[in-house]
Amino acid sequence: MTILGNLTIQILQMLLVLLPAPLLIGFIRKVKARLLRKKGPPLIQPYRDLIKLVGKEAVVADSASWLFRAVPYLVFAATWVAAALIPTFATGLLFSWSADLIAIIALLGSARFFLALAGMDVGTGFGGLGSSREMMFATLAEPAMIMIVFAVALIAGSTQLSYVAEFMLSPAVGLRVSLALGLIGLVIVAIAENARIPVDNPATHLELTMVHEAMVLEYSGRHLAMIELSAQLKLLLYVSLIACLFLPWGLAPVGAGIGLHVFGIAAYFAKLAVAGVALAVFETSIAKMRVFRVPDFIGVALMLGLLATLLRFMSGSL
Amino acid sequence: MPLPGYLIGVAALLVLALTALLPRRIRSGTVVIYGGSLVVTAVLFAAAAWHLLANAAGLSLSLPLGVPWLGANFRLDALSAFILVVIDFGAAAASYYALGYGRHEHEPMRVLPFYPVFLAAMNLVVLADDAFAFLLSWEMMSLASWALVMSHHQVPGNARAGYVYIVMASIGTFALLMAFGLMAGDIGDYTFAAMRAHASERTATGVVLALALFGAGSKAGLAPFHVWLPLAHPAAPSHVSALMSGVMTKVAVYGFLRIVFDLLGTPVWWWGIPVLATGAVTAVIGALLGLMQNDLKRVLAYSTIENIGVIFIALGLALGFQSHGYSAAAALALTAALFHVLNHSLFKSLLFFGSGALLTATGERNMARLGGLLNRMPMTGLFMLVGCVAISALPPFNGFVSEWLAFQAILLSPVLSSWALKLMIPAVGAMLALAAALAGAAYVRVFGIAFLGRPRSDAATNATEVDRFSVTAMAALGILCLAAGVFPGVVIDALEPLVRQLLGTAMAHQSQLGWLAIAPIAESRSSYDGLLVFLFITTSALLAAVIIHRFASDQTRIAPPWDCGFPQNDPATQYTPESFAQPVRRVFSGFGFAASEAVDMPRPGDLRPAHFELKLKDLIWDYGYQPVVNTVFGIADALNRLQFLTIRQYLSLVFAALVFLLLALAIWT
Repeated sequence: MTILGNLTIQILQMLLVLLPAPLLIGFIRKVKARLLRKKGPPLIQPYRDLIKLVGKEAVVADSASWLFRAVPYLVFAATWVAAALIPTFATGLLFSWSADLIAIIALLGSARFFLALAGMDVGTGFGGLGSSREMMFATLAEPAMIMIVFAVALIAGSTQLSYVAEFMLSPAVGLRVSLALGLIGLVIVAIAENARIPVDNPATHLELTMVHEAMVLEYSGRHLAMIELSAQLKLLLYVSLIACLFLPWGLAPVGAGIGLHVFGIAAYFAKLAVAGVALAVFETSIAKMRVFRVPDFIGVALMLGLLATLLRFMSGSL
Repeated sequence: MPLPGYLIGVAALLVLALTALLPRRIRSGTVVIYGGSLVVTAVLFAAAAWHLLANAAGLSLSLPLGVPWLGANFRLDALSAFILVVIDFGAAAASYYALGYGRHEHEPMRVLPFYPVFLAAMNLVVLADDAFAFLLSWEMMSLASWALVMSHHQVPGNARAGYVYIVMASIGTFALLMAFGLMAGDIGDYTFAAMRAHASERTATGVVLALALFGAGSKAGLAPFHVWLPLAHPAAPSHVSALMSGVMTKVAVYGFLRIVFDLLGTPVWWWGIPVLATGAVTAVIGALLGLMQNDLKRVLAYSTIENIGVIFIALGLALGFQSHGYSAAAALALTAALFHVLNHSLFKSLLFFGSGALLTATGERNMARLGGLLNRMPMTGLFMLVGCVAISALPPFNGFVSEWLAFQAILLSPVLSSWALKLMIPAVGAMLALAAALAGAAYVRVFGIAFLGRPRSDAATNATEVDRFSVTAMAALGILCLAAGVFPGVVIDALEPLVRQLLGTAMAHQSQLGWLAIAPIAESRSSYDGLLVFLFITTSALLAAVIIHRFASDQTRIAPPWDCGFPQNDPATQYTPESFAQPVRRVFSGFGFAASEAVDMPRPGDLRPAHFELKLKDLIWDYGYQPVVNTVFGIADALNRLQFLTIRQYLSLVFAALVFLLLALAIWT
């Protein structure tokens, strides 16, 4: 019974991260437009875009290799698997143990690795530009992420997200300096990894400072749809991760009834909405950085993560 | 197989080396030497693997050879069996690969006689059970590999590489000699058994640790003694490069393990600190400098340095835990190190085989002249991609598992009571993560520049797939990289006897866990399941592809690149290795290297070409080695004057020396 229940939760979870991912983007765009006193596209515009893209023929450059066509699916799969392992509304995920927090980061690393390769596959200047910058950001963002994970895992005594979320729900957590540092660091990493302002501008397409968009410039049709969906999924993943680690309220514990699960889903959507508004306000109120200022920005996250871990090594209560 | 069997195998390799000297047609010489080496090392591999998996009892043997009062002692225990597995598997793969690759050798007689000697020496180092046999075979290994490095001595730079290598190898062996001398101590018994028995009454263990770290570490490529490695490893023929990087560095790790974990006795609390520090610095320096190189084989050599750093980080953690009495955590860290030893031997051999295949197909090692090879060499490209993903520590491949185990060990370290370690380990963890991320960037660069994009030279345009031997060897290694990543529990269980031998305890058996998962400490702390991750990724990728192709569009149009509407047909408009590394170069300049760029852009209307110059300075060489080199040469120059004296001056020098020595003797007594 519990296995069946957990399996249901796991499947529900897989759909629950996939389906609202475009909605979150639509919501952020809408809020941003409203903040600028524009009307903005409808909330479901990202779904329409995806459906339109999927139905079109894919144009593939003649210099591309098979990798170019495989990458969209690989990137999507790695991101989806990673997202499906993060507790969003209930802690008892059936497959949570198959990959812990470090493995989830590494899965995102795999996705980035292949996306960067795809950027270089056609052999255009823009693709290489995007890939090389993306990998430069990653060299700082990945250690920052690992250090934040260390701090959280040392507090919770586990890198297993289900256990971490349960621990964060329990009163044993308390207010800790290292958690606060970790939260700030994680937000910085999330902004950088999702190519949001001030690191990258998701709205532009032909700006020399672009990173993520430059890598996927040659994609079209269904391939582009998969890449876009992966990017939306990744944003949702980071929001879910922050919510699961730092705002775990409302997560249904193992063996809870239907009511608690429904409440968990409602709480999850509320968290997504809050995160969306916060991101939109933040992006509207700040300007994009020059590319070589970004390492300083992510470096702050690395230092905060290191500091948080160091504090945990120094004292059990910080 | 009984121990004499292994020695007969070694003897067979040495005899094989002699047959290379017999006059015969060049082609069949290649087949005989590599075929023979393949057979012998495959048998040795099978025997050692059986010994390890069956957890057989240790074997030892004493032969009346060598020094009269010592003899030649050999022993096979779990540790040596594991390293033998690594050596002989790598050797068998390299020999098989060389059956195809070796045919392209211009002067096979410079390679063939030394190749089996090199293999035999590596086997002997691991089997040796006394300092004499160990050092003799260690030196034989150095010399044979030096001869192989020098096989293309006409190529500019190779002679210098061989020179730096032989100097560093001699100093390293000297340090090991001193270490063994200190361990034998007053008893003067140079067998390992005696050293082990007298471990408790030993003094100056710190000096032995330092000597072992230098002696074995310089062979392995530990910074700052790594300078010879990126010169020497690429200079050798590719299958030998694979052996030097993938296997010989593991023999060096074995030397360190044997001395520090086995012979030296109970670790003291601070032993972990120097090992962790050098390991962390090595990992970051290796990864960073590797990102700056254009020569494909040199990138791989620097990445070997990085991986050795990772191994020594895990070894340092194991020492730290063991000295504080946390054996279970030490077992986890040591398992991570040994797992990485195995992993690195697999994917580094694979990558060097691939670089050899590129060399055969294009004649180029410079990545700036490659490109677009995935379309022209699909098999080589596919397996190189596997190697690149595996070495970048990405799931579901094997490199991720060992790095994950190392991270788990770091997460256990707040229990350590020493403040120095407490302060150090978080920083080491950050450096480990940084090295992994830099390695990812380096391998995106390698694969993206060499195999993707458009060809940057005629050689790359006209490249074709290489011979079947090379492809099969790469395929076997690639499959093993995936297998070790998908079934990590099997590897961890196989490592159990030697971890138990070195530390007295081992990680819990992983095979009882469901779904072939691994859980280092407890499932509630952390667990990973390579098989499920692999299945999840493949299923969801296939699912997505099938659904989209079935229910949406599956039409594809091949067209020229879009490139924002202004496609440039010249392949030179692509990113080059230098430009790919530029952001990282700019961010990290000053960490072990200094980069300066000079751009000379003509004014509009001026017709001269623009000019870009990049200068890279290796700070370790410039500030660590160059002063020593200058001092040695300065002293040599000063002494040189003594060669041009008159006979009277020589006679008075002799007389003065005699008086001085007699005086010294008189005062001494």
